[in-house]
Amino acid sequence: MPQLNAVPMSWYLILSAILFTLGVAGFLFRRNIITVFMSIELMLNAVNLSFVAFSHQLRQVDGQIFTFFVMVVAAAEAAVGLAIILTVFKNRQTLSIDEVSSLKN
Amino acid sequence: MDAALFYTFAAITLAGALATVTRRNPVHCALGLIFSLLGVAGLFLLQAAELLFAVQILLYVGGVMVLFLFVIMLIHLEQAARLRQYSRQWPVALAALFAVFLEIYVLAQSGLPGLPPSPQPRLNAGGNTERIADSLFYVYALPFEAASLLLLIAIVGAVWLARKKEQPQ
Repeated sequence: MPQLNAVPMSWYLILSAILFTLGVAGFLFRRNIITVFMSIELMLNAVNLSFVAFSHQLRQVDGQIFTFFVMVVAAAEAAVGLAIILTVFKNRQTLSIDEVSSLKN
Repeated sequence: MDAALFYTFAAITLAGALATVTRRNPVHCALGLIFSLLGVAGLFLLQAAELLFAVQILLYVGGVMVLFLFVIMLIHLEQAARLRQYSRQWPVALAALFAVFLEIYVLAQSGLPGLPPSPQPRLNAGGNTERIADSLFYVYALPFEAASLLLLIAIVGAVWLARKKEQPQ
């Protein structure tokens, strides 16, 4: 049998970590709600990548099942989240997260 | 060969992610995210997860990202591009980001724990899709049903949230 994983798993994990950090940076720094939302998708994808890397390393399919469920939840989240964004924009005419702060005080 | 493919897909993924986080125009952000998702799909394929490769492209790139683009089109773009781009909380954000970097550095320094030997000889003995289907419908049947319920609730909720409000008399 040829070597299944020619690329060491740590490479995938490091890539996943960098991707997750980029997602965190976008989530924390950006001000546009839509971009913040996209950063969340980026983080979910980073986690999916490490799930699949472990699944491949351990020769078990369960990690891919988890990825599947993460994708389902991400789709549901995108549908509801974008509907919320539309509603917020309709009511407030702004997309800036700094200005949607009526729960603060 | 595998290493070259890995570097190619990783470069696409990271370039897309960087564009998502840094670009001013939300449409450019969305396009960057699409590239990033396609790169991750390529990495899935590289790891013999063929079903996830297809689902990633169909569901994420074909479904979720089109939804994003629709919403961006529905919202006035010029106004969004003229906003201040970075949040006022940036010192706190910088500290949090540094903490995440530190965690990754410590993880990289300490190395990964030894992984247990593989219980099965091959990952895709009967085909990747068949194995996932077996696992999904036998072992994970209840979470599968819960996920379908979640999707139903999300559909109803999204329609209810985005409906036109009737003007009060």
